[in-house]
Amino acid sequence: MPSLTLCFLSLCQAAAISAVSPPVAAPYPDAAPYIGYEQVLDVVAAAVPPVAAVTPQDQAATARAVAPIGPASEISDDSGPRPGKTPLFKGGKLLLTNGVTTAEGSSGGGIARWATIAGRQMPSGIGASAHLTAIELPDFGWRSYGAALGIGDRLELSIARADFDTRDVGAALGIGQGYTFNLDTFGAKLRVAGDLVYGESWLPQIAVGLEHKRSRDGALVRALGSADDEGTDYTISATKLVLARSLLMNATLRYTEANQIGLLGFGSATGGGYQLQFEGSLGYQLSSRAVVGAEYRSKPDNLGLGEDDWIDIFAAYALTNHLTLTAAYVDLGSVATFNDQRGGFLSAQVAF
Amino acid sequence: MLLTATAAAALMLLQQAPAEATDWDAEFGVEVKERDPVTGEIPVDPYPQSNANAGAAPYDSAGLVRDFGGREGIARIAVRTVDLSHDDPRIADIFAAHDMVRLKRTLGEQFCYLLGAGCDYTGRDMRSAHTEMGVTKADMNALVENLQTAMREAGVPFAAQNRLLAKLAPMSRDVVER
Repeated sequence: MPSLTLCFLSLCQAAAISAVSPPVAAPYPDAAPYIGYEQVLDVVAAAVPPVAAVTPQDQAATARAVAPIGPASEISDDSGPRPGKTPLFKGGKLLLTNGVTTAEGSSGGGIARWATIAGRQMPSGIGASAHLTAIELPDFGWRSYGAALGIGDRLELSIARADFDTRDVGAALGIGQGYTFNLDTFGAKLRVAGDLVYGESWLPQIAVGLEHKRSRDGALVRALGSADDEGTDYTISATKLVLARSLLMNATLRYTEANQIGLLGFGSATGGGYQLQFEGSLGYQLSSRAVVGAEYRSKPDNLGLGEDDWIDIFAAYALTNHLTLTAAYVDLGSVATFNDQRGGFLSAQVAF
Repeated sequence: MLLTATAAAALMLLQQAPAEATDWDAEFGVEVKERDPVTGEIPVDPYPQSNANAGAAPYDSAGLVRDFGGREGIARIAVRTVDLSHDDPRIADIFAAHDMVRLKRTLGEQFCYLLGAGCDYTGRDMRSAHTEMGVTKADMNALVENLQTAMREAGVPFAAQNRLLAKLAPMSRDVVER
């Protein structure tokens, strides 16, 4: 007991414990241990290997364990994802910098894909968005809906379904009144460089991606002359918010064989295939919540049906931090030989 | 075991209380810096001062300065931005340990210099001013939103607001650390 007289405060505990050796199971051998630290100490003492048994692997692990964490974020850490540490749906993005949703379910404008990543998450977080879009044309009706997952400021995964109602045209073409084409789009987009808002003002946010599309009308689109009912678009996009001019600028190159973005199938049975197409967007920020602009999207004409490029004029408004509404006037040109398909586009997006 | 625990507890209770007049700051080596009686700022170690520390070239536009309400308007916006951020639960912890009086002055000088309103910036450069703060992009976004609020309250047109942000946005490379 003399060691006890020298100690004070919490040091007493350590000294007191070291003074008692070996650890005792008595005085209540049959009762469960009721002092928490006693058992813990037993376990630790048993687990410590002899010094001679330390292998080089153990030393390497120790060095790694005490190394500084460094700039790694919760999800880009080289030790793999740490879901418990990842902010889920915490938001943090500046308004509208997640874009709205394209007709194909990707973050972007109304018809053009942007390099933005869906969801309102910040670099270490995970976010999500969902959208509903309706386009009313003189002869057709378009409905699309889908969801997207954003992982950090790096990766976007999206899924969307488009329903294209041919209404009276269906009867005229002999495929049935109100025949509806359906298209599923599975998208992925990876930001490879730059930032939409921050960083060097000359360096846009750049993203590469793909959109795998499956038409659900295989027999019909082949009858129309398409080579296939499924295909994949490859895209590279550059998008920048030029703050000094309040301008949002986007350019996307799309390598595609899709006919009417895939609704009418892919390629041509007579040889038409992949071509490089362009999508451009120009937006002007009226306030942090409102942006107006115009878009252009070039399209191939593999089927010889006179498929036209698409144009729109849009206005997007962030009604709340999570709900963004987009209204647009779209000119889809000729669709399935029916010309002058101009009409209204309305889209709602919720994002977290 | 029970006996030793009891003895230890008794010894803890029997310790001699420290003297009443103990100077704890001296015991723990705490230095107290007095605020300057004139400026109200806590003194800082000397560093090279230069307008280059502001981090960007200034605009040369009388209209832009007018949009911000001249030097007084710019200073008010800087003060309001710091006040909003100091009270913003998202980023308050970053500001808590710093001299708000000095920050309000240097931020106002920086805005004033960048907008071409004819001030000199006397603060530190962006990298050393934000070193080891661990600022994230989310923190930067929160500050931008507070600055936008301050500018909106001051009636600054949105396009002019964006022109100031255009000067600040590229500084993220020196400010954002993780």
